[in-house]
Amino acid sequence: MSHHNPTSHDAHGDSHGELGHIIPYRIYVTVFITLLALTVITVIVAKSPVFHFSAAWINVFIAILIATVKATLVAMFFMHLKYENRITVLYVFFPLFLLALLIGLLFLDNPFRDNAGRPPIPLKSSAQVAAPAQH
Amino acid sequence: MTSQTVTTKGPPHVHHMDAPTAYQAAKLGMWLFLATEVLLFGGLFASFALYRYLYLDSYIHASTHLNWKLGALNTAVLLFSSFTAAMAVDAAQHGDNARVRKNLYITIGCGVVFLIVKFFEYKAKYHHGLFPFFSGGSWEAVFGEYRSFFGLYYCMTGLHALHVVIGMAILIWVLRLAQRDRFSPDYYTPVEVGALYWHLVDAIWIYLFPLLYLVG
Repeated sequence: MSHHNPTSHDAHGDSHGELGHIIPYRIYVTVFITLLALTVITVIVAKSPVFHFSAAWINVFIAILIATVKATLVAMFFMHLKYENRITVLYVFFPLFLLALLIGLLFLDNPFRDNAGRPPIPLKSSAQVAAPAQH
Repeated sequence: MTSQTVTTKGPPHVHHMDAPTAYQAAKLGMWLFLATEVLLFGGLFASFALYRYLYLDSYIHASTHLNWKLGALNTAVLLFSSFTAAMAVDAAQHGDNARVRKNLYITIGCGVVFLIVKFFEYKAKYHHGLFPFFSGGSWEAVFGEYRSFFGLYYCMTGLHALHVVIGMAILIWVLRLAQRDRFSPDYYTPVEVGALYWHLVDAIWIYLFPLLYLVG
């Protein structure tokens, strides 16, 4: 496990405390503002007709892409992952790999099955559900 | 791993390890726990992906029943709370217990705001007859064509809200330690580990918001 030399400082003005890595205040502020900006971008891309794609998967792909950038920023700087050792990084990527495997194998299996037995959900409302509206 | 035996300056319960090793081990333990949390929510995300693929039109229509403005507000609240949680760790690294307390008050307060907004969202769903068990009739009769989407919506946001409550309980424990001025540059493991849990709760919401409220 890496134990930092307390006298070493890198070019960004970072410093190493007694135990962990101390990140300058301005980096936390910059990350927070970037996260807010990315949230605004997510909403604009999803709601503006300019970015409306007829293929539904493109909108989901963009939404997940932006969310992943945001989650990466949270992990790298708020959770100090950028300054952690390799075993911690492995602990992060292994469950993500398993999750990718789960979703990947679901989609390798289910779409190619005979789904005739699956009860269909009617597209026209058959129950007392109102028309889509903002509440 | 640094394994030389040293007399620790840390609190009594870490005497079996030197302080840096105890600190690293505690952090790694929390990361391992977070890995299981990712897989817990991952099962729900996998279900969401598959059922959205199978019932695409139903999901897109059902999603418009959610109030994306309240969802966006809660996203901003959680992002800010994550920032203040990170600032609490920074304060602890500098041994400033007063600043740890101030940042934790804001973080826990943001958790309360998040839950209040979530309560009003659920309340609106209740008034529109889109709340399980209390809206009368069977699941199918209440949700009709939207039953798949709303089933996962309540599971995912409900499990997430439970995590917000647990996160607040952990941070209140950390706050009580800060009230006794327990943290110093030599010892701030509870602040760091509690904040790690809180950031995960934030990171999961980062995915829940666009998937449930925006693209459906």
